[in-house]
Amino acid sequence: MQASQTSDRHRIAEEFLKGLWNDNPVFVMVLGMCPVLAVSNTAINSLAMGLSTMFVLVFSSLLVSTFRKLIPSQVRITTFIIIIATFVTLVDMLLAAHFPFIHKELGAFISLIVVNCVILGRQEAFSSKNAPKYALADALGVSAGFVFALFCLGSIREILGNGTFFNLPLFGANFEPWVIMILPPGGFFSLGFLLLLFNRIKQKRDAAKSQLKAAASWKQNRYTTEYVTEKDEVDL
Amino acid sequence: MGELFWIFISALLVNNFVLAYFLGICPFLGVSNKLETSFRLGLANIFVMLITAVCAWVLNTLILPYAPYLRLISFIIVIASTVQFVEMAIKKMSPELFRALGIFLPLITTNCAILGLALFATNKGYDLLESLVYALGAGGGVTLAFVLMAGIREESKILDIPKIVEGTALSLIIAGVLSLTFMGFAGMFSSN
Repeated sequence: MQASQTSDRHRIAEEFLKGLWNDNPVFVMVLGMCPVLAVSNTAINSLAMGLSTMFVLVFSSLLVSTFRKLIPSQVRITTFIIIIATFVTLVDMLLAAHFPFIHKELGAFISLIVVNCVILGRQEAFSSKNAPKYALADALGVSAGFVFALFCLGSIREILGNGTFFNLPLFGANFEPWVIMILPPGGFFSLGFLLLLFNRIKQKRDAAKSQLKAAASWKQNRYTTEYVTEKDEVDL
Repeated sequence: MGELFWIFISALLVNNFVLAYFLGICPFLGVSNKLETSFRLGLANIFVMLITAVCAWVLNTLILPYAPYLRLISFIIVIASTVQFVEMAIKKMSPELFRALGIFLPLITTNCAILGLALFATNKGYDLLESLVYALGAGGGVTLAFVLMAGIREESKILDIPKIVEGTALSLIIAGVLSLTFMGFAGMFSSN
């Protein structure tokens, strides 16, 4: 009982961490690019977008996973979309009522969360097959990874393109902002270079891993040969 | 007439759906490797966009004044099912056209460019004719972006590219340069 509980907790933690880093929706799987590029021109916008997506993803995952046995598989995609669209409408109205300035900034992109492939992808690949607690962990992990990626991009673009962070000026008056970074091409460029950075990290890690493996196999070879010679001697 | 022309040009070049609004990025980065395929994908996109524009206009003028909170849900469902019906009809009536657009139709339906078109056209309050012209321009712009990207990627296959840049990173940087080029068209409007 104790062991199964710890392994259960272990699995929940695993599902959470997987989405956050190893299978990061933006940097690794390259999904949901539209909002990532479109509204990441300032840190505030990207954070608002990330949190709205998180809300939609977490609640629709919970709902889908709770009703997973009732949803007929022929109409599952349609059902997922209706569930997602309901939560997106909710977020849209909430933002319009409580944070009208953010709602105005993000505009139609809040409604476009419906077609974010990250959300539909998680429903299809995970929530429709797993119990609610795992679905919740998975949704939280993936959306935390999404928020993290969006926030990285938004901060970079705001700092370079506007010289501010959360509207606070960072540099002196002599700083000439790179206006291009807050315009559409800047989105493509910054994400492109962030992906390059990720590739570089991955390449280094892979190289280190293969080196480690080579060293380990060499050690093992030596050990087995020694063992064999010893044994041979004994036999002799 | 002049008004319609500017709606068309604006959607086609200045506010290009892919390169300025970042809509339909997934097929743009993922699928467009062959010139031929991406041209067909673009055509299918224009086709679905025209249907979408009509659906969105009908929904927005006839039904949504009574229930504005159903806007998003009804757009998605009505557009998706109409496209399915049209797909079946084409399959029955013109197999050649079906083969040309074929598999792309259902894929495109849940693309953000399609929903984006419905939302933008109704937000701007276009009438039926204006929506259709807007859809034509937007679809043309998407096709243009797909074809340009596919052409560049086809060329880049024979170049010696460092291994670390290959894949999405390279596509994004190419897209950045394309987007930079399209920003030049913005000057067309300030002079008018």
